[in-house]
Amino acid sequence: MNIYVAIKQVPDTEASLLVKDGVSINETDIKWILSPYDEYALEEALKLKEKIPGSTVTVISLGPNRVESAIRTGLAMGAENAIHIETAEPFPDHKIIAAALGNAIKQDAGYGIIFMGKQAIDDDSYLTHIYLAEHLGIPVATNVIAFNHDNGKVVVEREIDEGAREKIEMSVPCVVGATKGLNTPRYASLMGIMKAKKIPIKKLSLQDAGIAQLDNKIKREKLYAPPEKPQGRIIPGEPEDAVKELVRVLKEEAKVL
Amino acid sequence: MSLNYDLPEEAVMMRDSVRKFAEAVIRPKARELDEKQEFSPEITKQMGELGLFGFCIPEEYGGNGIGYVPYMVAVEEISRVDGSQGATVAAHNSLGIGPLYYFGNEEQKKKYLPPLCTGDKVWGFGLTEPDAGSDAGGTKTTAVKDGDEWVINGSKMFITNASTDACLGVTVQALTGTRPDGKKEYSCFIVENGTKGFEARTLHEKMLWRASITSELFFDDCRVPAKNMLGKQGEGFHQMLDTLDRGRLSIAAMGLGCAQGAYELGLKYAKERKQFGQAISTFQASAFKLADMYMEIEAARNMLYKAAWLCDNKRDEYKVLSTMAKLYCSEVAHRCVNHSLQLLGGYGLMKEYDIERLYRDQRLLEIGEGTSEVLRLVISRAIGCYKV
Repeated sequence: MNIYVAIKQVPDTEASLLVKDGVSINETDIKWILSPYDEYALEEALKLKEKIPGSTVTVISLGPNRVESAIRTGLAMGAENAIHIETAEPFPDHKIIAAALGNAIKQDAGYGIIFMGKQAIDDDSYLTHIYLAEHLGIPVATNVIAFNHDNGKVVVEREIDEGAREKIEMSVPCVVGATKGLNTPRYASLMGIMKAKKIPIKKLSLQDAGIAQLDNKIKREKLYAPPEKPQGRIIPGEPEDAVKELVRVLKEEAKVL
Repeated sequence: MSLNYDLPEEAVMMRDSVRKFAEAVIRPKARELDEKQEFSPEITKQMGELGLFGFCIPEEYGGNGIGYVPYMVAVEEISRVDGSQGATVAAHNSLGIGPLYYFGNEEQKKKYLPPLCTGDKVWGFGLTEPDAGSDAGGTKTTAVKDGDEWVINGSKMFITNASTDACLGVTVQALTGTRPDGKKEYSCFIVENGTKGFEARTLHEKMLWRASITSELFFDDCRVPAKNMLGKQGEGFHQMLDTLDRGRLSIAAMGLGCAQGAYELGLKYAKERKQFGQAISTFQASAFKLADMYMEIEAARNMLYKAAWLCDNKRDEYKVLSTMAKLYCSEVAHRCVNHSLQLLGGYGLMKEYDIERLYRDQRLLEIGEGTSEVLRLVISRAIGCYKV
């Protein structure tokens, strides 16, 4: 089976982000990583490959040059092929992203299962895997916490409200949106990293991926950090007086009582 | 004309991967293993899967052959979190695997290296004796030829990775006679775990590296076949010196990692801890400590990577550089754990805080594989101080 994993490069969870021009972040000095949900997706794909002899895992990503390091990480973890759809800048319309990914996968080879994270940890859109399935006309399961493939059928468990689970069966090909808990992703071994260096990455332009014109239907208006938490206030005095003052503050200033 | 200080992209990826592993797998267990004095074959095996054994060993023997620079990065990242596991990696690569690869014959390499490179098994290196530390020439362990065998008698002290079921065997240096010039002749032998007359006992109640296994070796009429000699008869002393020259690189990397780990703990705490209404990192007394740590770590890293680069490029100058790097990195680590613990104040004395463990872990680095005093002797000899 030709297994695909669509991955996204995102800022490190520990990076402190600064808004540059009101709509994007300052990318200088940011450490970039493979989005953690995509790591679960990739791990599941690699496990499936090990189960079905003759399978291949291809990682595919869209974005500027820097995305190549996330692709190399995917290869180092054990994928054997890679596709990079090169764009000058990231753009926010996930429908176009999904179409480009879908077209690139379609022209690459006959695809079986496409894994990806249910969301990227930077823009938290939860959209691309659904759009991708829609674009290809195949079923999709979101929030997948357990995956099984047997006799050509996929059975997944989805995490739904308050930890309840839904078990569904899908035909192949299909898209699987991975969530935390699906597995424990492997670490890129040092041998894997050396091997990944030698694997050629198939480079495509947006045009190559069937997007003749970039017709963004979505525009980001503004990007801003949450307001800083105001300092806590300590009400001094004897407990009896302090409580009275607290009640007054809650009533008159905070207006919560 | 260009000088490039950037690590190769793969080495940066390796650092990320090893750091992630150390944080996720080692950090949560380090304190408990330290407390229980427990060597973990599981973690050793996982480190093997990650590729932390066999950096200088070609793939045909099970290694990854990627060289000393990535080896330094890996030891640094493991030691940044825990000295014990750093010791397992450093000792197994430099002292266990190294001599077998550099001096072993084809049969020995094929037989022993593959399981050592996977981390399924570890290997000890027997040089130090109860009465022969810095004065390695005082070795008393003997090996006497008897027909097709050598009979070994004596004991070895402070040997890493020897007394565990995961130990496949040890390399042991023994006195095998007198050279034509009248000096003592040393040779090295391979002694497999389980050989009659060989016993390895674990040394307990160590101050540090408590999750790394340290052993005392006893040889009592221990017979090994003649083919178990490593290299040729009489090469033992040279083999050991050569091993120590390279081994110093990995101890230096442990010092660098320990210093980095201590610095990070200190900086994080100092920015969070408030006294007199402000973060203590904003007091110059604290801030300057952190500035010194940062500066010295940078200098230490540059010296170590240069030494590793010289070693990878088979340049002889690496020997002095590795000596200086080991001395400098271990002393920078000393200053960093000391500053960092001071920043944490009373909390730094509690086992709940990792700096308490790093503080102890650091101390060996100024003693093992050449004390700071011996290293200063080596450097001062190299610059000709005593030839006047």
